[in-house]
Order: sequence, then C-alpha cells, then structure tokens
Amino acid sequence: MTRKIVLGLGAIVVLASCAGLATGPSHEETLKVVKGSFKDHGIAKVDRLDQTELQRVCSDSGLTGKALSKDVRERVEKQQMATIKYPADGKFLGDFKEGEKVAQSGRGMQWSDDEKTVNGGNCYACHELSPQEISFGNIGPSLKGYGKLRGYNDATIKYTWGKIWNTHAYNACSQMPRFGDAGILTEKQIKDVMALLLDPNSPVNK
Amino acid sequence: MKRQLLATSLAAGALAVTAASVQAQGSAAEGIAKYREMLQDGNPAELVVMRGEELWKQKRGPKQASLEKCDLGLGAGVVKGAYAQMPRYFADANQVMDFESRLVHCMVTLQGLDRAEVTKKPFSGGGQRQTDIEALTAYAVEQSRGLPASVPQDHPMEKAAFARGKQLFYMRGGPYDFACATCHGVDGQRIRLQDLPNISGNKQDAERAFTTWPAYRVSQGALRTMQWRINDCFRQQRFPEPIYISTSTVDLITFLGVNAKGAKMDAPAIKR
Repeated sequence: MTRKIVLGLGAIVVLASCAGLATGPSHEETLKVVKGSFKDHGIAKVDRLDQTELQRVCSDSGLTGKALSKDVRERVEKQQMATIKYPADGKFLGDFKEGEKVAQSGRGMQWSDDEKTVNGGNCYACHELSPQEISFGNIGPSLKGYGKLRGYNDATIKYTWGKIWNTHAYNACSQMPRFGDAGILTEKQIKDVMALLLDPNSPVNK
Repeated sequence: MKRQLLATSLAAGALAVTAASVQAQGSAAEGIAKYREMLQDGNPAELVVMRGEELWKQKRGPKQASLEKCDLGLGAGVVKGAYAQMPRYFADANQVMDFESRLVHCMVTLQGLDRAEVTKKPFSGGGQRQTDIEALTAYAVEQSRGLPASVPQDHPMEKAAFARGKQLFYMRGGPYDFACATCHGVDGQRIRLQDLPNISGNKQDAERAFTTWPAYRVSQGALRTMQWRINDCFRQQRFPEPIYISTSTVDLITFLGVNAKGAKMDAPAIKR
C-alpha cells in the first residue's frame, strides 16, 4: 500500500517535470515580459513589439528550426503579394545616381533618428552592388550585374519592384525588410534603387 | 519560376564576383584583422578597471558603505569568478540578475543610493568620463578573466530566463521585421565588412560573444558593458529601447551566457 502511494507520487513528479520541460514559458507569457522590458524612445515606440501574423509565424519557424508548412507559406505569400503597389504613373525606373545614395545610407527608423531623417535602404549592408564599393555585406546575394544578367525586360522589372516593396510575397520568411509595404522608402526612392539595378548605364551593370 | 530565379541569381553571384573585387575586399579584411591585432598591445580598459576597484572599495552613498559586502552569488564580498557565473538566481531579490542588475541592487541596498538616480544614465556619452556603473563592471569582470563561463541553469527561474531569452532571440518585430537571429543565426555573415557572430548555431562565436564583453570600443573611446551591447543591437534592429537591466535584457544575457558554457572569460576585451 505504502509502496503504491510512493510510486504514484513518483509518476506525478515525473509527469509534472516533463510537462515543464516540454512547454516552458508560452509565447504570450514571454511577449508580456518583453513588452514590460522596453520603453518608447523618440520615434521607436513600444507598439513596434506588436507582431504581425507574418512576424509571428516566421519567429516560430526560426525558434523551432522548422520551415513553414506549405499551406501557411502559400497563404502568407498570397497576403503579402496583395500589399504590393506598383507605380501609379507606370514608370518603374528613376535615377541610378540617386539610387546609389539610397543604397549607401543606413539611416532611419532608429531611436537615434527622428521624423525628419531621410531613410536609407542600406542595401550595401547585405548586398554587393556597384563594383567600386568594396565594403558590402553578404546576408543577401550579390546583385552586381543585376540587370545585365537577368535582362532589362518587363517581367524582371515587375518582379524586382515587388521584391523591394514586399519581399515576403516571394519568400515568406525572407530576412529583407519590406521597403515599400513598411513605409521605409518612398515610391521615388524605390524607383531610384530600381534604376541602380536595372538601368543599363548604372555602375551595377557595367 | 521561383527555381529559375534562384538559378539565375546563383549564376549571377558566381559570375559577378570578379577576381579584382575579391582581392580588394580580401585586403581590406586583412587590414582590419591586422588593426585588431595591433590593438591587443595596450587596452585602455585597464584604467577603467583601476577606477572601478577604487569605487568598489570606497565608502559611498547615504549609508557610507563600500560594495565590499556585495553578494554576487558566491557569498558576500567574493568578486573573484562571480561575473563568469552570472546571470543567476538571487533568493534575496527572488529574481535572476545579471552582473549589472546585481550591482545596482547592491548600490541601493548597501549604500542607500536611489535606484532611479543610479540607473538614469548607465552608459557614458561620447568623450565623457566612464559612468560609475561602467567602471565597477569593468573591475568585476576583470576578476573573472581566464575563468570558465558557467551561467547556472539549476533554479526554475534560471531555466525560464534562458527559455524566454531564446524566444526573444528569434522574435521578429518592428518596421524592419528583424530578430537577433536575422544577423546572428548563420555562419560567415557580414554587415558591410563587419563579421557577425553566429550566436545560436556556432559554439565558438557564441563563446566570444559572451566572454569578450565588456570591451573597450576604440571607435568610441569608451568601455562598453554587455547591457550597452544589447541596447545598441536593439537600436539597429529598429526596436523600441530596452529598459536598463529589465527582465528581457537579463533573459537575453542568460541565453548568451549559457551558450558560452566552459569558455574562458577574456574581458574587458578591446574591439575596433
């Protein structure tokens, strides 16, 4: 009888500790702690921690190391595709010299910036573009020779615009920011970056 | 369509990297490596450590007490090796604390200093004298140099801190959708020419990330603590500002510390 009780207790302890290990703090519990651990500073407000569904599913995918299921991935990409706004005047390419400036600048949206800061695209942080700039990162693929290699055709132009506007439309958990959708760059700035990539006279294509 | 794009971009990558640019970038990286090596000769952090030691032993605050009775987890007054074993759970505060949290706790409880006042400006500005917190932290971490990082995972709250820290590491948010893992989850990545440690997937990188902070930052002419390191990462991540020594910062440092288990502390280090 006594032995039975001891065994029973043992089983409860084992079960309880297993449950503890398996679950840990829930996403909601952690999010509550996180929200209480940050403060507004200038333009960077605490509401930036309110995750979108996209941010949520891609965070879980990173944490668990599991890729999104086909259903979720397709649904997310479809939703993101619907956010893309193409230029109203139908002109996709601006000035590549201005595009180079946008690609060089890493300013914007930090608490050390303000509303008047002109945001940059910071393309060189992650990509190789113009050959004369040797200080480039490698988180994204090299874009040197972008237009020359892909062709200056309408399909490439439309795809590239969409990719810059909202990369998640093509790759659900891409690491690249949504430059158009998140309001990081203006339509004009995106046109200039487009020219940097797709104007045959741009240094990127030389 | 997608496969074709991928193939095209791969081919583009292969073609685009010409010998010239590889060489130019290679020599730039080499130059940076040489510069870093030269820096190792003299570390101005030594001066900050000395000031920290004086501050530690000085009677200060309304209670006119020194910090020599501060319990950093190894018993009152034991500084040697304590930093390497933090964050850890402290029963008297019923919470997990990193070194800087515990330092503030001691300044408040032993010296009677005002918590809000002490934490108002924990990091020095450009060209300013190091803050007391920075100097005291430099002193304490020096007392762990050469000792293995051993951040405990015994108490349930220590385990919970690690689990939350890991969740936060992968949490994408803000206008750029960045998580810590965006830059620190893959081997061999760079922002411009700056190498990025892969903290979640590479043991050696994870070890360096914990054991080489605090560090003297040559470009800023200042000693920077781990709390500063985390603060400035979140700024660039386009997150709101982490509150100094808040739970999430301690959670993240717990995640970093546990991942560096066994590696020898080598701080204050000197960095670019």
